[in-house]
Amino acid sequence: MKTPDLNIQAIRADFPILQSENRGKPLVYLDSAVSAQKPIQVIQAMSDFYTHEYANIHRGVYELSEYATKRFEDARQEIANFINAPKADNIIFVKGTTEAINLVSQSFGRSQWQAGDEVILSTMEHHANIVPWYLLSQQIGIQLKVIPVTDQGELDLQAYKALFSPRTKFVSLTHVSNVLGTINPVKEIVEIAHQHQVPILLDGAQAVCHLSVDVQDLDCDFYAFSSHKLYGPTGIGILYAKADKLAAMPPYQGGGDMIETVSFDKVTFAKAPAKFEAGTPDIGGVIGLAAAIEYVSALGMQNIAKHDQQLLAYAQEKLLAIPGLSIIGQAKNKIGVISFILNDVHAHDIASILDHEGIAIRAGHHCAMPLMERFHLSATARASFGVYTQEKEIDALVQALHLAKRLFA
Amino acid sequence: MSLRELYQEIIIDHGKLPRNFGSLDQANHHQLGHNPLCGDRLMLHALIENDKIQDLKFEGAGCAISMASASLMTESLKGKTIEQAMDLFKHFHELVTLGKEAEIDMGKLAVFAGVAEFPARVKCASLAWHTLQAILHNKQDPVSTE
Repeated sequence: MKTPDLNIQAIRADFPILQSENRGKPLVYLDSAVSAQKPIQVIQAMSDFYTHEYANIHRGVYELSEYATKRFEDARQEIANFINAPKADNIIFVKGTTEAINLVSQSFGRSQWQAGDEVILSTMEHHANIVPWYLLSQQIGIQLKVIPVTDQGELDLQAYKALFSPRTKFVSLTHVSNVLGTINPVKEIVEIAHQHQVPILLDGAQAVCHLSVDVQDLDCDFYAFSSHKLYGPTGIGILYAKADKLAAMPPYQGGGDMIETVSFDKVTFAKAPAKFEAGTPDIGGVIGLAAAIEYVSALGMQNIAKHDQQLLAYAQEKLLAIPGLSIIGQAKNKIGVISFILNDVHAHDIASILDHEGIAIRAGHHCAMPLMERFHLSATARASFGVYTQEKEIDALVQALHLAKRLFA
Repeated sequence: MSLRELYQEIIIDHGKLPRNFGSLDQANHHQLGHNPLCGDRLMLHALIENDKIQDLKFEGAGCAISMASASLMTESLKGKTIEQAMDLFKHFHELVTLGKEAEIDMGKLAVFAGVAEFPARVKCASLAWHTLQAILHNKQDPVSTE
């Protein structure tokens, strides 16, 4: 594989799990879109922290606690740098992308909007960026407006522009589709929203692991992503928000650390980011995420993106050569996520057969039922790539798909 | 456990060409069942008279395991009494969840013994049966495997 910028074999050596087996065959992990594997550097960073440096943060006076606090806040700064946020204070630690979006809907949305106000979503959203808004519509009567998706799997931008009305209060959109692999033209989309004085949240769960993300360049008001898709631990995610938005938002969860003073008659709150971080955070998780960001930054997001594009081109060519196989989503700009169907074999059966060959892919609706509905599909199979993916794994996938076809012939 | 043990000839055959597939005009029971995890859906049509399953057909789309299971279920249950059907359900459920072989003759249903080794596929194999259970217990809402 011609990527002088990335040494894939060296990268693979960093991921011990890639040496393991699945159903007695060498593991071929093609499900990074659901969650990425972890390099030893991340595992070690967390293990070392718990072994030598662990203490609770923010309140202790002793050295161990001060040092843990410094590690934690340094991590916050590193994460801010990674997405080019103006300050560390723009970074809120949450459980994941899902919690980030729930936080925005319940804190920003619920405090500002009323019945009849409109929120723009799209047909290609993950349930994490649909259900929180649906819940809000049940709670306060906001209306959901939906941008349609073209047959190629791209957003219909004309339709998007036409959805704006005097009642539009928010846009919440995925940066990259987890089913179609489509990279949305988010900079343009943000500009259009801002022309209408409407703030916008971008769901970056699939984007941050495949592309460089610069939140100041995008000028989005909110950006959310998860650690576990970015080679970091589960249980931690990031909400980036502009300072003026955070200042206007009431707390999401109440508890310790997010307060200034507490009495039974009155509670005063800390400023962001603390305001949105009630209770003891996942300190180990934050350390792990920072280590993951160091790992990918050392490889270079541009190099990771290039490798991803090469795999995508290779895989599309090989897969489209299989008779009866269709790829769902043929946008001009995609990441290495390929959803496909095979004429005579249901996605779930494909996944089972591949499982027997050691290959891990995903089958189902991918938490995107409205998108499945739009394409008249009940399920697709999905293969997705990570920094450790190599061409011969795609070859293994193709071979196994031929096997599946033979079995069902 | 090899692939062949899960996807036996008979499962592939019934998955591709399900028996008793289609609508049933004389049906007096209809029940929708679906597996939200992978999108398997089926509609069961039953004619139940004098405590007996006089006729049983299904429509739907889904993975080979779910379709084959529905097909083989309809074949096994046509002409059985409600009590016999409930008994077969109990044995089928144990077969696919525990791999427990039945004391009674399961006939072709025994091919699903392999499913127990693959927890992710148990819901596919059980969908048709859970849907039938809903009919037998006179439930109204669509059945979901979740």
